[in-house]
Amino acid sequence: MPAPLSNSLAGVRAELAAQVALAARQQQALRLIGGGTQAALARADAGQPLDLTVLNGVIAYEPSELVITAGAGTPLARIEAVLAEQQQMLPFEPALADGRATVGGAVAAQRGGPRRWMAGATRDFILGLRLIDGLGRELGFGGQVIKNVAGFDVSRLQAGAWGSLGVITEVSFKVLPCPQAETTLQFQIGQAEALLQVNIWAGQPLPLSAVSWDQGCLRVRLSGVPAALASACRLLGGQALDAVDAQQHWHSLRERTHPFFDGAGTLWRLSVKPTAPVLELPGAVLWEWGGGQRWLRTEAPATLVRAQAVQAGGHAMLVQGGEAGTPVFHPLAPAVRALHQRIKLAVDPGQILNPGTPDFL
Amino acid sequence: MGHNDHSAIHAVGHADDAMLVEALRAVLPADAVLIDEQARRPYESDGLSAYRQMPRVVVLPANEAQVQAVLQVCHRLQVPLVARGHGTGLSGGAMPDQRGVLMSLAKLNRILDIDPLARTARVQPGVRNLAISEAVASHGLYYAPDPSSQIACSIGGNVAENSGGVHCLKYGLTVHNLVRVRALTIDGLVFDAGAEGPDAAGFDLLALLTGSEGLLAVVTEVTVRLLPRPRTVQALLASFDDVEKAGQAVANIIAAGIIPAGLEMMDGPATRAAEAFVHANYPVDAEALLICESDGTAEEVEDESARMRAVLEAAGATEIRYARDEAERLKFWAGRKAAFPAVGRMAPDYYCIDGTIPRRTLGAVLNWMYGRAGELGVQVVNVFHAGDGNLHPLLLFDAAKPGDFERTEILANEILAKCVEVGGTITGEHGVGVEKIDAMCVQFNSDELSIFLGVKAAFDPAGLLNPGKAVPALHRCAELGRMHVHNGQLPHPELPRF
Ligand SMILES: Cc1cc2nc3c(=O)[nH]c(=O)nc-3n(C[C@H](O)[C@H](O)[C@H](O)COP(=O)(O)OP(=O)(O)OC[C@H]3O[C@@H](n4cnc5c(N)ncnc54)[C@H](O)[C@@H]3O)c2cc1C
Repeated sequence: MPAPLSNSLAGVRAELAAQVALAARQQQALRLIGGGTQAALARADAGQPLDLTVLNGVIAYEPSELVITAGAGTPLARIEAVLAEQQQMLPFEPALADGRATVGGAVAAQRGGPRRWMAGATRDFILGLRLIDGLGRELGFGGQVIKNVAGFDVSRLQAGAWGSLGVITEVSFKVLPCPQAETTLQFQIGQAEALLQVNIWAGQPLPLSAVSWDQGCLRVRLSGVPAALASACRLLGGQALDAVDAQQHWHSLRERTHPFFDGAGTLWRLSVKPTAPVLELPGAVLWEWGGGQRWLRTEAPATLVRAQAVQAGGHAMLVQGGEAGTPVFHPLAPAVRALHQRIKLAVDPGQILNPGTPDFL
Repeated sequence: MGHNDHSAIHAVGHADDAMLVEALRAVLPADAVLIDEQARRPYESDGLSAYRQMPRVVVLPANEAQVQAVLQVCHRLQVPLVARGHGTGLSGGAMPDQRGVLMSLAKLNRILDIDPLARTARVQPGVRNLAISEAVASHGLYYAPDPSSQIACSIGGNVAENSGGVHCLKYGLTVHNLVRVRALTIDGLVFDAGAEGPDAAGFDLLALLTGSEGLLAVVTEVTVRLLPRPRTVQALLASFDDVEKAGQAVANIIAAGIIPAGLEMMDGPATRAAEAFVHANYPVDAEALLICESDGTAEEVEDESARMRAVLEAAGATEIRYARDEAERLKFWAGRKAAFPAVGRMAPDYYCIDGTIPRRTLGAVLNWMYGRAGELGVQVVNVFHAGDGNLHPLLLFDAAKPGDFERTEILANEILAKCVEVGGTITGEHGVGVEKIDAMCVQFNSDELSIFLGVKAAFDPAGLLNPGKAVPALHRCAELGRMHVHNGQLPHPELPRF
């Protein structure tokens, strides 16, 4: 009989931990690599690569507990497939990147797809994780249960930390049942009006699960019990989108394969207050999440884009292109940055994990 | 623990009392600095009154500038500071430090801004949890996390404890329902954690602060996410002749793809106590009772409660009763919400435990617990958030009877160890505070604890905010490990904890 997966993964974890410990002693920087789908953003080209795809496998899955635990190098596509057999899903709808995106990467880069609007972000579904700190020590935080307030929330802190606060080796996610049915409605409507309309709807008890606006077209996805969808459709109006087209549309946003993302040029991601007015910047816009996530193609100067984002209650990330030397991540105020640096040092005193990433540090 | 009463103000630490009081009076109005014993007395404990300590001084700032000034005084004089909301905590988190200042945030009690379109409310930390839902009700909105203490507890305390409620299986904990908090570190730095957008620049400090029990920063403003009130709500009661069957029914409901808005369980003694207290019309012969709630559109509720009924019947429910109207639904909940005080009438004292276990182990753990309680001669009553696997065993005792509390503590420690053993945790929602500081050594090893200590030091290098709570010092765990917790008894309670 083959050894249980958890044993073999524990062996891989221990090997990785030994590698990190050695690197720490030698003050050797490490570059953490999952599926490599976000390499352009994690601008750390310094450091010896540490391949985490070796942490591949579902360790535990208990549908009645709504929890799945998997090695950080497990492809999200595999997680999706295992969950789908039980009509369950990762509610934040992360990009699968043709099978390359991994569990650890989804956490570190906090990737969320269309459903993130109503369901919540990656961090909202992290129940616990295991990691290797910058000294090479194997640690566990959180757990496999839904409620757990013992100790500081070091697990959720990993979401969006881009591997700077530990090598994530194993993650437990809360999962949810798949909706029974989905329908997408389409409306021809200008941007300002769409922002208003969507947020009015979001304040009503409607089975909304995703929304997008670009080029004068608002699309709204409803998910739930068929009868509830039917009555919501009557209430909202609009035009029903063909099921295949709808599926393709949401998939293209989830995977960022939508034509909006095609080609070179500068691409910004703004995370702003959903009800913030239409941005006063030149260029093309596509937004999701009720207006909270706005993609912007513009050649406007970075300082202007960032100032607008702040005015809209948020921040801006440079996803692609831009002038050389422009930070990817939104810079922090000096005192807040110092606080972030102290947190980093608490977990990685030698600063060997992904040095330079994220660049707000 | 113990009743360590330092009622007389005297010099401890770096600053003597006169100096400390003078410095505080320089930044606060005279009536916001309490030094009389009588005035300080109400602050000596939170809801866990077995742990008491008199603070040197109590301060009542009324705005953020005053909070900042108090922090700066404490920082300058190196005096410990404990923040307090409304003192309903159940783990001694707001218990004062005998060397320090107790700062109540109760006067910061204004709702600053309601944005119905963005579905957010910006409030001061001393606003009561329920007051938020009341204030936004006219917009058809509410704040979802609803701890049973919601008429009294503060939103600042909720943030500090990451409080849950009876609806968190579907709607999440405090951490899932926050947009942003404004907070101050001990040296007076004001910063935002979270943002009005879906995420914030930098690390997720909002997640880190939520549940940090007042050890990292003092929260002065909270922006919460509001949800639209569901159009339809339906509740049902399902009776079982056996707790194990009821526990299995809970797991089966979830396995069937149903996420009920509420899924609570009461055992036989809890059901009978609640019935005698509020006459909720509960079936008093049941050995276990489930309260199951569905909410959403009319269609969703109809679909879900039909599916739920089928699962409950298959699991062997002896009776299923739907609330006929809103009044009856509220009555079902009134019994549940009054269960603690109702059980309180059964004995002079009770001790409420809070641990989480995987749902599939509910039945087995409950039966183990009844067995151990029988052996130790302690009466235990269970009423809890079954859908979350969050247990709240109530251990009844009489503090006046020698040995009674000691037996209770033994069982309490064994229950927490059991929770960890079956894959759960020592606290689901009440926090570690001072009460579970030693159980932290069971759940985390010294490397993990050292990360917590490092994070603490990143915010508060001198360890002035809420010392002795939430995270044990490494040598404390080492001592515990070496001596072993004999029969759950802590050998040296006087050891420093942070
Ligand atoms: C009858 C009863 C039922 C309960 N039911 C539940 C329940 O269902 N779910 C649940 O989760 N809890 C429950 N609790 C526990 C308690 O109500 C919660 O923990 C609550 O969040 C505490 O709020 P508080 O304002 O009373 O905080 P306090 O008790 O005053 O303080 C709690 C902690 O928060 C810190 N703190 C308070 N305000 C701030 C601030 N502004 N900044 C930084 N730190 C701060 C304190 O230092 C302390 O560590 C219950 C308690 C009782 C008595």
